[in-house]
Parts: sequence; C-alpha cells; structure tokens
Amino acid sequence: MVKIILRGKEYEVRPGMTLLSALKRIDILPESVIATRDGELIVEDEILREGETIKLVAVISGG
Amino acid sequence: MKCRTCGQKAAVNMRQHKLALCKEHYLEWVPAQVERFIKKYRMFSREEKILVAVSGGKDSLSLWDILHRLGYVADGLYICLGIDEGIAYSSESQRLTEEFAAERGLKLQIVNIQQQTGMTIPELSTATMRGRGKSCSVCGLVKRHEMNRIARDFGYAVLATGHNLDDEAAVLFGNTLTWSGEYLLRQGPVLPATPGLARKVKPLCRLYEREMLAYALLRGIEYIYDECPFAVGATSIYYKELLNELENNRPGAKLSFYLSFLEARKKGLFAEPEAIQQELHPCPNCGQPTSAPGLCAFCKMTSKANTV
Ligand SMILES: [Zn+2]
Ligand SMILES: [Zn+2]
Repeated sequence: MVKIILRGKEYEVRPGMTLLSALKRIDILPESVIATRDGELIVEDEILREGETIKLVAVISGG
Repeated sequence: MKCRTCGQKAAVNMRQHKLALCKEHYLEWVPAQVERFIKKYRMFSREEKILVAVSGGKDSLSLWDILHRLGYVADGLYICLGIDEGIAYSSESQRLTEEFAAERGLKLQIVNIQQQTGMTIPELSTATMRGRGKSCSVCGLVKRHEMNRIARDFGYAVLATGHNLDDEAAVLFGNTLTWSGEYLLRQGPVLPATPGLARKVKPLCRLYEREMLAYALLRGIEYIYDECPFAVGATSIYYKELLNELENNRPGAKLSFYLSFLEARKKGLFAEPEAIQQELHPCPNCGQPTSAPGLCAFCKMTSKANTV
C-alpha cells in the first residue's frame, strides 16, 4: 500500500495509480496541496509505488 | 511530466498556465514573474527604499527572498502580536523571521504590540470587544497602523505585503458578495501614497498561493506552517476553499476573476462618485491621516482599551 499524510492524518491507497487518482480517491483537491516524496516535489501524473509515503503540504495558511 | 524549458522531470505543474517546470527553472520563473508585475503595475524602482511586512509565513518570507534576489533594497518589518496561547504562534514566527534575516544579512525592524499599546492582540480585542471575540479585525487595524507608522518614521517610500492571488481573489469574492463599492474601489496591486501614508504594493498579487508554497519549499525557506489560531474557521479561508473548488474544475478561474475585476475597474465600473471623496485630516494623537473627526481608529481603540 501507499501511505499519504496530510496535517498528521494518514490515508492509504493502492500502489500503481497516479498521484491525481490517489488524491481523488481520498477526496483531497489537488489545488489545495503540494505532494512530496522524500522531500522532492512530485506532480499529478507521478505513479505511486508500493510501500512509499507521500507527504502532502497544505497550500492554505493564515497570515 | 517534463519541464518546458529543459525537458527534465517537472517539480511543479501549473494547470492555469499550462506550464510545468523543473526545480531549477521554477526558481528562475517565479522571480521573473514578480519582476514583470512590479514593472507592469509600476510598484517601485531599485532606487526606492522598500519595507516588506513579514509574518514568518511562506508568502511574506518568499517575497522578501525574491526582492532580495532581484536586487531591490528591502528591509523587513515584523510585528509581534503576542498570540502565544496554545501554540507559540507569535514567538515561533518571530524566531523563523529573525533566522531568515540573519542568514541573508537583511535588516529587520521589529515592533512589539504589547510594548506599543500595553496589551497583546488577544488582550486588546477582549478589552475593546471589537470583532466580538474575533481578534482578526483588531489585528488588521493594529498591523495597518504600525506598518504606516514605521514606514513614515524611517522614511520608506513603499510598503510591500505578501498577499498572493488567492488572498486577493478571496477578498474580492467577499466584497462582491456584499457589493462593497468602496472596498472594491481600493483593492488592487498598488494603493498610491497619500499625504502621511506610504504607497502600498502587493508584488505577489498574480501568483497563486500554491505557486508560492512550491517556491518556499523548493527554496528551502523555513516558514510557520500552522495557521494563526484565530484565523482557523475564518471566512477568508472558507472563500479560498470555495474558489479552489472552482479552480479545480476550471483551471485559471481564480486568476481570471481577479484580472477581469482589475480590467473592469480600470474602465470605470467602480468610478468614484465625487460624493464619497472623503476629507482626511491628521489624527491629533499619532498624526496619521483619518477620515473620522478626532482620533483615528487605532488611537480610539487603544485609549479605550487602556481605560477599561
Ligand atoms: Zn528545467
Ligand atoms: Zn491616531
């Protein structure tokens, strides 16, 4: 499985799908986050791999 | 997805511009865009002294970084609001801002609201009951007043803030829902100087908040990730989320909402009726221009707060 984390909340999706499909599956707007893998930014067509963790950074912040 | 410039793997994809870029080319693209808008809206020149309002957030620190990279003379202004209950929001954002300035050898002015007025923002809003428990209106008023004061006292020609396109679109959306004509009239990339007040500019007004986040991450800028505890649940954040729904189905919708507004205003859609042209006079206490007779809103509030 692939682990996706946003603001401390964890989601799981099947490997082999694109980041875009994964975000749709867990109901997160692509416009509202930036996805990172091992500290590198990845874009929507990236294929997610078995066992990895994708960290999402929320776009909206106050101030 | 590949970088349009070099064909390497893309780090950022901007559907609204049909543009994907690698890290290296993205970090060149953002300052080039900002430079283009500084010129287009005639914000300032390299000869003028600029004061950047920095909060420790991604937008204002990135703006400071970009202006510095572009060769502008820009000092920072950090306003310590004293919002430290629960999470240490103010102390942490001040620490990040001071580190940022020190690493780059940039000059940072620091104003402490508690030292200036005798109270922190949460205390001021409780004492004045302004905004019914919500500190945001008190905070906005205090920040505006202190930015104007520092700009005037230290002779800065320009005051720059890190408002991005999402901030501007959310404010515009709110003002459109209520057709607040006077606010619509004044919203834009540049607010010209008036006697006693420096010019105000928003060099990031055409950059998406998502673009600014990508810039901060790729530049390795350490910023405060948590929202101000008082902003949680704020209407402006709700509007941003609504606009992101729209943007998701129609890439470019936020930008076109903002740009078509600017265009409409330029054509006179919100032309100022002579009748609402207000007479301004200096506040007898602090000297800043105000439309109300007597003390300005800031001085009225702080004197009220200190007599309670
Ligand atoms: Zn490239
Ligand atoms: Zn005053």
